[in-house]
Amino acid sequence: MAQPHKTPVVFAPWENPTEKPLIEFKGVTKRFGDFTAIDNLTLNIYQREFFALLGPSGCGKTTLMRMLAGFEDPTEGAILLGGQDIVPVPPNKRPVNMMFQSYALFPHLSVWDNIAFGLRRSDMPRDQIGERVQEMLRLTRLESFAKRKPHQISGGQRQRVALARSLAKAPRLLLLDEPLGALDKKLRNETQFELMDIQEKTGTTFVIVTHDQEEAMTVASRIAVMDHGKLIQVDTPAGIYEAPNSVYVADFIGDVNIIEGNAKRIEGGIEIHYAEGAAPIRAMTDLDIADGQRVSYAIRPEKIAVSSEPLTDRANHARGKIIDIGYLGHLSSYFVTLGNGQKVEASMTNARRLSRRDFTWDDQVCLSWTDTAGVVLTR
Amino acid sequence: MRSTDAVEWAYARWLDLVLAAALALGGFLLLEHGSDGSHVTGGVMIAVAVFMGLYRISRRVAVIAVPYLWLLVFFLVPFVIVIKISLSDIALAMPPYTPTLDPAAGWSGFVDFLGKLDFDNFEFLTMDPLYYKAYLSSLKIAVLSTFLTLLVAYPMAYAMARAPEEWRGTLMMLVILPFWTSFLIRVYAWMGILGREGFLNSFLLWLGIIDEPLVILNTNIAVYIGIVYTYLPFMVLPIYATLEKLDGSLLEAAEDLGCSRLQAFWLVTAPLSVPGVVAGCFLVFIPTLGEFVIPSLLGGSDTLMIGKILYEEFFSNRDWPVASAVAVVLLLILVVPIVLFQRNQQKQAEAGK
Repeated sequence: MAQPHKTPVVFAPWENPTEKPLIEFKGVTKRFGDFTAIDNLTLNIYQREFFALLGPSGCGKTTLMRMLAGFEDPTEGAILLGGQDIVPVPPNKRPVNMMFQSYALFPHLSVWDNIAFGLRRSDMPRDQIGERVQEMLRLTRLESFAKRKPHQISGGQRQRVALARSLAKAPRLLLLDEPLGALDKKLRNETQFELMDIQEKTGTTFVIVTHDQEEAMTVASRIAVMDHGKLIQVDTPAGIYEAPNSVYVADFIGDVNIIEGNAKRIEGGIEIHYAEGAAPIRAMTDLDIADGQRVSYAIRPEKIAVSSEPLTDRANHARGKIIDIGYLGHLSSYFVTLGNGQKVEASMTNARRLSRRDFTWDDQVCLSWTDTAGVVLTR
Repeated sequence: MRSTDAVEWAYARWLDLVLAAALALGGFLLLEHGSDGSHVTGGVMIAVAVFMGLYRISRRVAVIAVPYLWLLVFFLVPFVIVIKISLSDIALAMPPYTPTLDPAAGWSGFVDFLGKLDFDNFEFLTMDPLYYKAYLSSLKIAVLSTFLTLLVAYPMAYAMARAPEEWRGTLMMLVILPFWTSFLIRVYAWMGILGREGFLNSFLLWLGIIDEPLVILNTNIAVYIGIVYTYLPFMVLPIYATLEKLDGSLLEAAEDLGCSRLQAFWLVTAPLSVPGVVAGCFLVFIPTLGEFVIPSLLGGSDTLMIGKILYEEFFSNRDWPVASAVAVVLLLILVVPIVLFQRNQQKQAEAGK
C-alpha cells in the first residue's frame, strides 16, 4: 500500500516499545445521556503518523476526533498529548487544529484572511504572518486565489483553503473530518495524494476520520476500524486487508467471501468442512483451534483463480457454475455458486486488451486457491 | 396601411401601453378634479386604458404586468396627485385647493392649469423654522430609537437562535404575539403604565426606590419606550433569521484557530449578522421617521415630529397643499434609506445563491 514515506526504512513507531506516543487515549469513555459513544477505549498514536479512524456512521469516530480538538470532554479516562493531560485545556489553547467536514471557511473573509485568521490570534509578528500565509498558499497552490472570497472558488479549492488554514499554525496534530467527502471521485483521488504529500512535507501528525475505506487504505499509515464505540482492529492498511481479525473487519474493508464451516486440525493448519460432499478447505492459521469448532473463512475475490480445470499447484479447489459476470474494466468479477449453494466471488485481472473471454454465464468452472490465500476467523 | 397593420405597428413599439398609461392618468385626474360631466369621461378613459392593458397582458406579459399595474394604481397615481396638490394653493372650496383641471377647457385650459402650479409651499417650508426643526427632530428620534431597538433586539435574537431547537418556534411566537392586539390599544396601555399614577410609578413608590412619581409620560423618553416596544419584532426577526442560519462549525473553527468565545463572537458572528442588522434597522427607521400615533399619544407638547406636523396641517389647519408638500419632502428623505435597504436585500439575495 502507498505509504507517505519513500525511505526504505519502514516507518513503524508502533512496533518500537521505546518510542513515546504523541497521543494516548487511556480508558476513555464518552456517554451522551444513555448512549455510549466511546466505550473504554485505549489507543496510542505516534509522531508523524497518518492515522485513519474508519467505521460506519455512529461508530464514535467523530466523537473521538472532537475530543482531541477539545469540543467534547471524555466522561471517563484521560487523553494525553505529548505526555500531558489535555482534557482541561480549552480548544483555543490546544496545539491541535482541525479541518472541518463542511470546511467551515469564514464566508466574509478572503482566502488570505481565512488562512491568516489563526496566525493573527497567536503572538506572531505581522510581517511573519504575511510570509507564513504566502508559504501556505504556495503549499496548497492557491497563490492566485488569495483575494477571492470562499464562494468565488471551486469545491476543490475550498478544500485546499481549509487545509491551508488548519496547517498555518503548524499544529502538532492535525485533525481531518471527512476531508474529501464533498469532492467528486476523480478530484478525491488526486487530493488524497496531495494530502499525503503535504503530510510528508510538513511532518505533522494527521488523524483523519472517514467512512470511505478506500480513502483510509490510500492515505493512512495505520487504520483503526471502529464499531459501537470500540476499536475492532488497529493495524497497517495491508494488515487490515490481508489479516483481518474478525468477520466485521474483513467485511468492512473491500470485497470478501465468508465461508462458514467446522474445523478439523491437520498438520500445519486446519481443514474446514463447509458442505456435505465437498472437499474441505485447507487453511494455514496461527490460531489455536479445537476440532469441530465453528469457524469463518475469509477469502478475497482476487485470491481465487477461475479455470476450466483445477490448477494443481493450489491446495484448494471447488467446482461451481457462473451465475453472473461483472465487467469493471480493469478486472472482471465472476459470481459462482458452489454445489451447496454457497456463492463465491472471484476476480481476474483483464491483463490483455481484446482477449477472448474464456467463460460465460452458466459455464461450469473450477475455482482454485492456495492454503495461505484466506484467513481463518473465530469472531 | 391597413388598420390591422397600424395596430401591429403600434403594438410592436409599445405605443398602446404608453397610450393606455396616458389615458389612465388623464382619467384619474378627471375623476379627481373634473365637474360632473367629465367624471363619466374619466371613467371611460380608465376603462379603455384597462382594456388596452388587459389586451397586451393576455398576449404576453401577464406575470410582470401585475406588480407594475399594482404600483401604478396604488403608488404612482396617488403620488402624482399628492405632488399636484403640493404645487397648488390653499382655497376655501371643495376640494380645498386651486387650481383644478377642467378638461372642458381643452388644451389651453391644461396649459393654464400648469401655469398656476408653483413651488410656493416648498418655499414656505424653508421659511418657517418649525418644519426643518421637526424634520431634524424626527430624524434624531428615528436614529436614536433605531439604535435603542437594536440594543434590545440583538441579545433577544441571539438568545432565540441559541435556544434549543424545540423552543425556537415558541419564542418566535412570543415575539409576534403582540401583533394580535391592536397597535393603538398597546400604545394606550403604555399610557397606563407610564402615567403619573401609572403602574410603574406605583410599583417604584411601593418599593421605596423613589419618593416622588417620575414624569415619564408626555416626554421624549415615553416616545422612545413606545417606539422601541412597538418596532422590536421588526428588528428581532431579521437578526434572528441571519443568526439562525449561521453555521455552528464556523464558531468551532474560530475557537479551534485560537479565539476565545468572545473573540469568536466579534470576529465571526457579528460580521455575519450584519445583513440582518441592516435590514432590521431600515425596517425600524423608515416607519419611525414618519411616526404619528406614538408621539401624539405618549409624547408631550414639546415632542416635535414631522408626522404630527403633517397631521396638524391636514386636519387642524386644513391646509392640504402645505401638508402635501411636507409629505413629499418626507418621502424624498425616505427614498435614500429605502434605496439603500433594497440594495442590502439584493446583496443578501446574491450572496445566498
